[in-house]
Amino acid sequence: MSLALVLAGALLAGVSGAPALLWRRRPALAQRCATGLLLAAAALGLTGAGLALAGQEAAWTGGWSAPLASLSLRLDPLSALFLLPILALPALASVYGLGYWPQAERGAASIRLQLCFGLVTGAMALVCVAANALLFLAAWEVMALAGFLLVFTEHEKPEVQRAAFVYLASAHAGNLALFALFALLGRLAGSYEFAAMRGLDGGGPLAGWVFGLALAGFGLKAGLVPLHFWLPGAHAAAPSHVSALMSGVLLKTGIYGILRVTGFFQAIPPAWGGLLLAAGAASAILGVAFALAQHDVKRLLAYHSVENIGIIAMGAGLALLGRATGQPALVALGFAGAVLHVINHATFKGLLFLGAGAVHRATGTRELDQLGGLSRAMPITAALFLVGAAAISGLPPLNGFASEWLVFLASFGAVAGRGPSALPLAGLAAPALALVGGLAAACFAKVVGVAFLGQPRSPRAALGHEPPGTMLAPMAALAAACAVIGLLPGAWLPGLVRAAAAWASLPAEALAGPAAEAIQGAWRVSLVALALLAAAGLILWWRRRRRLGAAPATAPATVPTWGCGYASPTPRMQYTGSSFAAMLVLRFGWVFFPRIRVEPPTGLFPRRAAFDSHVPDTVLDLAIVPALRSGVRSADRLRAQFGGRVQSKVVLLLAGVLGLLAWLVLR
Amino acid sequence: MTAAILGALQLLAFLAASPLLLGIVGRVKARVGGREGPPLLQPYFDLARLARKGTVYSTTTTWVFRAGPVVGLAAVLAAGLLAPMGAPAATLAFAGDFALLAALLALARFATVLAALDTGSSFEGMGAAREVTFSALAEPALFLGFLSLVRSTGGLDLTHLLGDGLAETWHTDGPALLLVALSIFVVALAENARLPVDDPATHLELTMIHEVMVLDHGGPDLALIQYAGALKLWLFGALVVQLALGARLADPAADFAAFLGGQAFFAVAIGLVESTMARLRLVRVPQLLVGASVLSAFALVLLLR
Repeated sequence: MSLALVLAGALLAGVSGAPALLWRRRPALAQRCATGLLLAAAALGLTGAGLALAGQEAAWTGGWSAPLASLSLRLDPLSALFLLPILALPALASVYGLGYWPQAERGAASIRLQLCFGLVTGAMALVCVAANALLFLAAWEVMALAGFLLVFTEHEKPEVQRAAFVYLASAHAGNLALFALFALLGRLAGSYEFAAMRGLDGGGPLAGWVFGLALAGFGLKAGLVPLHFWLPGAHAAAPSHVSALMSGVLLKTGIYGILRVTGFFQAIPPAWGGLLLAAGAASAILGVAFALAQHDVKRLLAYHSVENIGIIAMGAGLALLGRATGQPALVALGFAGAVLHVINHATFKGLLFLGAGAVHRATGTRELDQLGGLSRAMPITAALFLVGAAAISGLPPLNGFASEWLVFLASFGAVAGRGPSALPLAGLAAPALALVGGLAAACFAKVVGVAFLGQPRSPRAALGHEPPGTMLAPMAALAAACAVIGLLPGAWLPGLVRAAAAWASLPAEALAGPAAEAIQGAWRVSLVALALLAAAGLILWWRRRRRLGAAPATAPATVPTWGCGYASPTPRMQYTGSSFAAMLVLRFGWVFFPRIRVEPPTGLFPRRAAFDSHVPDTVLDLAIVPALRSGVRSADRLRAQFGGRVQSKVVLLLAGVLGLLAWLVLR
Repeated sequence: MTAAILGALQLLAFLAASPLLLGIVGRVKARVGGREGPPLLQPYFDLARLARKGTVYSTTTTWVFRAGPVVGLAAVLAAGLLAPMGAPAATLAFAGDFALLAALLALARFATVLAALDTGSSFEGMGAAREVTFSALAEPALFLGFLSLVRSTGGLDLTHLLGDGLAETWHTDGPALLLVALSIFVVALAENARLPVDDPATHLELTMIHEVMVLDHGGPDLALIQYAGALKLWLFGALVVQLALGARLADPAADFAAFLGGQAFFAVAIGLVESTMARLRLVRVPQLLVGASVLSAFALVLLLR
């Protein structure tokens, strides 16, 4: 029953783009139909996933004529937890698209977008329930290609072309690793069915290779540093509701893959957990550092996805360490933190990308330093964006704190433990996470402060206006989700712990002790959140009573901002986003290579002076692109030696064939 | 029964006595400087005077500016539920409560920073940038300190970390705990905008950090901010004093009295630091905070050895 509902949802989502093709003449109707289909798909799929979480797991196998393949499907708690955001966020983003990307105005490009939007949603859902390697890979490939076409939507812009092709190349590099991964797994298990792969020995000779390939292939999709290079460009280039989908859920399929593959193994070596934890910590710190240095609000949000994937990987790494050393508390808390953060990140990152889209739509710019003062013109958007910003910074009483708290708890638990299985160094995840939290709060203070507060820095920012209700409603729904999960994290923990037990192949009783403690703590977090809200209400009431009871004012109630005596301030004198972040960005000089252009004022009466800085992505712009470019150059040089003559090419060909033959004979 | 009474008393002291710490600091600074100084209760008079005043808002500001002081105070008040402050236990204790405490203080800071940016003043933007920079660097130091305490006491909640767990630990891991206490003291100075990180008495906007962020607040709003600042000082004082007192006395009431004495001593210590040191240059402050992290990390190394 639960599986049938999820399948129906995936199918409906997959074909939701069809009305766009069928009713080309009536684009508005077609788009409403597509959105309706996606909403129906979400309703069906979420019901199914909810049933699965309540205990109704299901599996089904059908024949498929492709070699080694079968239509094996399985819905377990891990799949169900990932299905929640994967089905809900695209439906909401699609509603947003009604106002943001009306098919009636955008023409053919939007038909392709609608088609791929549904396809990618259906493929992601299928990835989560596939229980056969070939079916998984097929769905994965559909997802990658549809994702490429989504990034490619505005294909007339050069930066979009570049971002889309980097995405395509990296997605297929990742697929290569995944083919090798599943070939190895198939050889180890003797079958390509996931059911047969359970219980493999983690200490076996090929197991290390399997984990390494999973980390490379799935890490490339998830965006773990240094494999994140495709991500900022692709997410910035896509339309905002597509960015929300990609950043909010598409990346998470990489995390799902890592969790699924590690779930196959028993007796995992501690190095796996350590490696994932270290990769996660590096991603989290560098992701947020690069985010701080960005001027483009969507690139900035994309780097924050790298950060959050890092936090998720830290949780998963702690859970793996717990499995390796037999510490149920670590397994339960690390896994729960990681998977809850998957769901949370989908809510707040979706909300933030949709908010950034509303700003872009109103002002036509994504440059932070061109914006300012938008909270006057678009107060609802500003308030909703602020909720997302506080949530992603891990501030209570919102959901980002809830999942980070679980990861903190796991990390401190690792330090508190005594005896031979103690893992004191895993505790260093805690200060790393604290640093990341502080930097994220700094970064979002910058985004909110520079874009929405103060005064408009350019005429464009003065154009701000509130988006239509179809765009505000999905944002409001996501903000409500942030608040509800943040206020009641305890309600999620039992389901998360059950999924953790299934993933780690442990009996549920083994995790009951630490789970009970965490659930009790989570409810106390709710209690403190309630106290916080009550205190805020009380203070507001006190201030209001003060104001009403005060003597009639002799001074004016509003005056211009105090400029320390300067009489004619202009909006251009406000602190910019770049200067706000400069002190922190300087701390990361060892990994950034900023390109700075300074034109200092000269002479007694200087005319003009200029400063601009730009931080390129260290991996893509300073390592991969130069390396490829020099490779192409040396290949060109080699080719020039032969000058395009047929004879020399034949000689080369002959030499190559002879060499191969010799290798075969002598082997 | 005594525990319940003391639990109520610790909250009462938190709410009522915290401005007194500021009074002590001011008095000590005046005495060391050879002046008579303001009365000890001056912070209370200031709060009462501000609460009676009207408010003037900048034309640039929005509801975010008005929400800043409210959220700031509410978050610090909620954080007060989590710290043990003299009584045998904190009002609410659970595994991982210190992470919530740190996050609530971060919420207060986030609200203040946004309120500052809402004015559109470049001075306040400058102060906000400094505040987020220094606090992001102070955060790891605090968590490394907690990590060392967790390692040495084996507990996961503040009541255990700063109370019951410490009795034997001071005997076994004394040097490590001393380093942690020092590190948390430095973090307390930075987080409460005291010298040598920030000068609360400066009159030049360009050199301020915390004070410049609240330049445009007045009347009851400023009273809320100053009260929240006093509460935050009490909170950090509680962390340092509970850690330094270590073992529990047999009589909980005597224990509470010792805690109050410790808080007064904490204020005197801050006053002495402020009288004898100049403000560090801004580029040096990150080094101080990283130094605090290194102290805590060294404590952790001592404990793991």
